[in-house]
Amino acid sequence: MSLEPIALEGSRLAANVPAQHRVVDADQWTAAARQLHDAGARLLTLWGADDRDRDGVFRVFAAYLLPGRALVLELALAAGDPTYPSLEPWFPAASRLQRATRDLLGLGAGEGDTRPWLRHGGWPEDRFPLRRDVSAETHVPGVPGPYPFVRVNGDGVHEIPVGPIHAGTIEPGHFRFSVVGEKVLRLEERLGYTHKGVAKRFEALPLLEGHRLAARVCGDSAVAFSWAYCAALEAATGATVAPRATCLRALALERERIANHLGDLGALGNDAGLAFGLSQFSAIKERMLRLNQNVFGQRYLMDYIVPGGVRSDVGPRLVRPLLDEATDVERDVVALKAIYDEHAGLQDRFKGTGQLAPLTAKAMGALGLAGRASGIDLDLRVAMPWAPYGDLRPHGVLSMDGDVAARVQVRFDEVMESLRLNRLLLEQLPHGATSVSIPALGSRTTGLGLIEGWRGPVMVALEAEVPSVIRRCHVHDPSWQNWPLIEHAVTGNIVPDFPLINKSFNLAYSGHDG
Amino acid sequence: MLNIINRIRGIGILSEALPGSDTDEPRLRDIHERLHRVFGRALRIRHVDAGSCNGCELEIQALTNPYYNLEGMGIAFVASPRHADILLVTGPVSVNMEEALKRAYQAMPHPKWVVAVGDCGACGGIFGTGYASRGPVSSVVPVDASVQGCPPSPLSLLEGLLHVTRQPAQHGS
Repeated sequence: MSLEPIALEGSRLAANVPAQHRVVDADQWTAAARQLHDAGARLLTLWGADDRDRDGVFRVFAAYLLPGRALVLELALAAGDPTYPSLEPWFPAASRLQRATRDLLGLGAGEGDTRPWLRHGGWPEDRFPLRRDVSAETHVPGVPGPYPFVRVNGDGVHEIPVGPIHAGTIEPGHFRFSVVGEKVLRLEERLGYTHKGVAKRFEALPLLEGHRLAARVCGDSAVAFSWAYCAALEAATGATVAPRATCLRALALERERIANHLGDLGALGNDAGLAFGLSQFSAIKERMLRLNQNVFGQRYLMDYIVPGGVRSDVGPRLVRPLLDEATDVERDVVALKAIYDEHAGLQDRFKGTGQLAPLTAKAMGALGLAGRASGIDLDLRVAMPWAPYGDLRPHGVLSMDGDVAARVQVRFDEVMESLRLNRLLLEQLPHGATSVSIPALGSRTTGLGLIEGWRGPVMVALEAEVPSVIRRCHVHDPSWQNWPLIEHAVTGNIVPDFPLINKSFNLAYSGHDG
Repeated sequence: MLNIINRIRGIGILSEALPGSDTDEPRLRDIHERLHRVFGRALRIRHVDAGSCNGCELEIQALTNPYYNLEGMGIAFVASPRHADILLVTGPVSVNMEEALKRAYQAMPHPKWVVAVGDCGACGGIFGTGYASRGPVSSVVPVDASVQGCPPSPLSLLEGLLHVTRQPAQHGS
């Protein structure tokens, strides 16, 4: 098939970062994928919409990340034959996204892996819950069937099934290991266990309440998701958030990043046999959460970011405790980093374990923290800074090593950088309003919110219509890209190192399952 | 090695000198004492995430940090439901987790208690019921108590554990 090159430009798309939108036909969809791949772009996400009630078609959208901008391609699909060309040949991350789109909307990508992904048999195969003529409330039971895992054959090969319920206080998912002795030959993940129907749920919520659901797509990234939702809503409606509110949002986002990184650094020490690390880091994290309670009224900032701004101001009396805390956290983390760095037993477990080579990371489209630990130099705060990050000028963190040690290192460095950003924000907090009202919706409109959460880029694509209702809301967590990386990183390692490797990525289950 | 010991010695025991407001501290101590009185040193908990957003998990994990020091009270999380007295369930129960949750419950020995955690576990929360969500935990397994909150604080969780285990197991022996 010969395809004419197409212009990788489009019309402006309302978003908090530079973004464009372009309607394409099926040939251009494929040509663009090839061109974007060759140009080094990344596929951020893919989703579908049922627009048969409006203009008689389904639609599929693909969002790409290019240097300094996002590009959304839109392809209309005939209602009678809703299929589109697969993006998997260029972007491996498309595979699971396409399987999910098939499960929810019945849009087929033709080739590649056609096993269901989010549908585990809980609803019938021919019932597509995200279609607009399918009731949100009714539950129609399906017939659960076996899931065909890829079998590894050979002398002495056996399988270890793990999950969906895991040994610790963590989220559910299934891992199927094919091993010889202790060595992992192949890992296959099966996810979707926490699929709650978030996308369908959005469509039952008023436009000005969607941020509450967004915050609960992935509870550890509540700030990132609620900010992404509000950014999409504000872009779509043309609302301008006051500088003080954007700075307070950034303060909350960086605190979320620090708290999660501290939790992970402790858990990683623990998973490598150093319980001391867990006690120490979890105590620092607990102090941060208690200060959150005092400053923001919540330990976890589920409802701090609201459409138009933030829920409450941070008064002058609260700035000093926050600054003092930053000093304390920095002192503690520096001391603990020295202990981690010098601990031979710990470094022995970290170094060379769960290696994800930069070439593999690039080919798989790795994003966020895990990508940066494998040489993928992409941090949206640096690459396409939205307010207030343009003024803050964050420093990106990078490692080329790709092992557990590298993911530990990136977390340490990012904690330090976030503490620096927090100090800047607190010292230069602009005066003014903390919230503006959202203009009433005049017509159907769309908006995109793109935020670098602690795991990586979080995206919300919002389509709103009169009178202030959500027509379609697609949320994306970078775990979609990064889960397949673990299948690569664990190969050749021993089974007992899997918890350590898995924790070093610490990907979202709920954020992925939706 | 010496710097680890020095740091431990320098910090001391956080769970004995609780920071925070004046009202929190005696309250936390009181809960600790009552938990200890009721259970001695033998309560075992199996946690199951039946569809949670991971918010409740973070607060359940916090129970084991040095401030709340749950394990110091002899209360521990176990890997198998066969070793558990309490099933601590989070989330609206997703359709995809329904079977796993039922099996975990059935695997527990008698007497057993079930505590539903969070607004979602208690009543379905913002997710409610739908094609992929069964809503509250009680729609799938019998529940003895719930701890509301989004997510509930570690203190609320401690109170919830205390509450449920002072009543006879309704679905137990």
